[in-house]
Amino acid sequence: MSETHGIIASFADTPSFYHAAEKVRDAGYTKWDTYSSFPVHGMPEAQGQPRSKVPVFTFVGGITGFTVGTLIVWFMNYFDYPLIVGGKPFFSPVFPFPVMYELTILLAAFGTLGGMFITNLLPQHYNPLFNSDAFLEVSGDRLVIAIESRDPKFDPEATRRFLAEIGGTDIEEVSN
Amino acid sequence: MATISKESSMDSTQAALLAKVQPAELVEQPLVTNQRDFNWVTDKICRVVETPTPTWWWVCMAVALLTAAFTGLGLLWLVSTGVGVWGLANPINWGWAIVNFVFWIGIGHAGTLISAVLCLLKQGWRTSINRAAEAMTIFAVVCAGIFPLFHVGRVWFAWWLFPLPNANAIWPQFRSPLEWDVFAVSTYGTVSVLFWYMGMIPDLGVLRDRAVQRLKVGAYEGAGLLAKGMDVFRKYLYGIFAMGWRNAGNHWRNYEMAYLILAGLSTPLVLSVHTIVSFDFAAAQLPGWHTTIFPPYFVAGAIFSGFGMVLTLMLPLRAIYGLHDLITQRHIDNMCKICLGTGSIVGYAYIMEFFIAWYGANPYESFAFINRGFGQYSWAYYMMFACNVFTPQLFWFSAVRRNAALVWVMSIFINVGMWFERFVITVTSLANDFLPSSWGYYSPTIVDIFTFFGTFGLFSVLFLLFLRFLPLMPIAEVKFVMPAADPHGHNDSTGGQH
Repeated sequence: MSETHGIIASFADTPSFYHAAEKVRDAGYTKWDTYSSFPVHGMPEAQGQPRSKVPVFTFVGGITGFTVGTLIVWFMNYFDYPLIVGGKPFFSPVFPFPVMYELTILLAAFGTLGGMFITNLLPQHYNPLFNSDAFLEVSGDRLVIAIESRDPKFDPEATRRFLAEIGGTDIEEVSN
Repeated sequence: MATISKESSMDSTQAALLAKVQPAELVEQPLVTNQRDFNWVTDKICRVVETPTPTWWWVCMAVALLTAAFTGLGLLWLVSTGVGVWGLANPINWGWAIVNFVFWIGIGHAGTLISAVLCLLKQGWRTSINRAAEAMTIFAVVCAGIFPLFHVGRVWFAWWLFPLPNANAIWPQFRSPLEWDVFAVSTYGTVSVLFWYMGMIPDLGVLRDRAVQRLKVGAYEGAGLLAKGMDVFRKYLYGIFAMGWRNAGNHWRNYEMAYLILAGLSTPLVLSVHTIVSFDFAAAQLPGWHTTIFPPYFVAGAIFSGFGMVLTLMLPLRAIYGLHDLITQRHIDNMCKICLGTGSIVGYAYIMEFFIAWYGANPYESFAFINRGFGQYSWAYYMMFACNVFTPQLFWFSAVRRNAALVWVMSIFINVGMWFERFVITVTSLANDFLPSSWGYYSPTIVDIFTFFGTFGLFSVLFLLFLRFLPLMPIAEVKFVMPAADPHGHNDSTGGQH
């Protein structure tokens, strides 16, 4: 319990929160994050984060869905058990298009949700931050920046001072 | 923002012109009225779930369960006897079951439209009605699914519809629109649940954190052990499904991307589902069904009926929970206008069908339409026409849109009218097709009526459970459109839309 997980500081309103995030980014911290109960417009840029990787998962899901959709129709109605219906071809990319299309969307959606979980490293039901009473208030209207102790630039005193300088209040050390 | 910026990119002639014209400032109505703050929004929405169950909820639940029992009874009757207990008989082998299926699945479309299409179009007003409308979609799909499922007759073989190996070694037949429907509807249901769930994760985190906060304070002396037990239950149940969401900027970044993509995937999905449903009809060669207008006509009708249902649900909710600051007149206006727009498309389609029936010079096709207007089912046609074409036209008037009670009644008319539309399409075409010797008249049996009537109960049961246990509005999204959420401090009262 004694080891420090990080230091959290609260901010009064969205603009000061946003600008504080820019300052933390510019100060060169890497293991830190902002916490707010709503997505702040432009925050990824203020935090210096790259574009989300979720679309990669969507793409993989979509391609898988399209391939599976094509293959099941080909296998079932052409290869394994050719069925004559209305003199139509056993396989064509046209008639099963709705199946291919729906499966593309289905697996792309699963890929997207899965991608969101993977990129966010969720589920992770425990996090030391939840030990802080102030942090729980993020769900209401508190705006918090937390700098973690595993950040190479982290120094208990200097980081605390830095957070106060950029306008943070209720500065609190969160232990593991 | 509130006013159109006059300073940026304007030359002197424009400035002189504007000084002369003195344009009125374009004031956008705020999305959250009365200058509410974040905590108020959180509290308002969470308290619906956290306060003890109100009496009206129990009363509604009892009525809904009783109503739902009719579906149970109808299905029990059907399964134990056979599909012949429905009113289906040659030549009308599609009756209420398909009508009800298309009716319910159409209702679902408004939820997806609100969550997906309006998200892509950056319509900030969608946020407060989004969650409940998505819930409506899922429950409507559940109700819709019952009908084709039991229409197969021997319901225990319904899994043959899916491409699974079975003892007969025969696979599904993918050239049939009915098989496409299996994929479309099951994908639609699944993706709607995924979208709904993902949107709910941050709010489940809020409910979890609030329960934890109360447990830490531990002030339960007056409220007793039950209240504490409920909070422990909430902490774990919401906690498990919130997946450890902690509102981090990094979370939001990936979440917003995933949300946008899901909206992008759901948009073609919602258009395709009712298109494929319309293929069930349009791919047949029956006069009155075999037309290319069906896909757009069905999609517009679906959105029309869905918004009718959204209004039917949201207006009472707004009154019961006092959500007037979140579901404002602007929201109601917008919903009415969408009803007006889609209702007019539907009306246009009705007229265009008649025109094409005449212009196409196909005697069977012309007969099918004359028969709709003047044949044995003309009463249903007039019912449909009155409800769907005339009702929404009243939404041109702001006095009508501002009268919540009237809007609610009109939304019921829309629901009724859209049910009759599906009845007209399905039954009139089947009852009087090519050969007069094979004509017939279809009437539902008591089993049909029980089964359909009960689905309203089933829908209500599910919706009431949703209201009781899940956040009925997306808290994070409502906060996002509030002025205080704007990182650049544009703190006017008009909603920080981007």
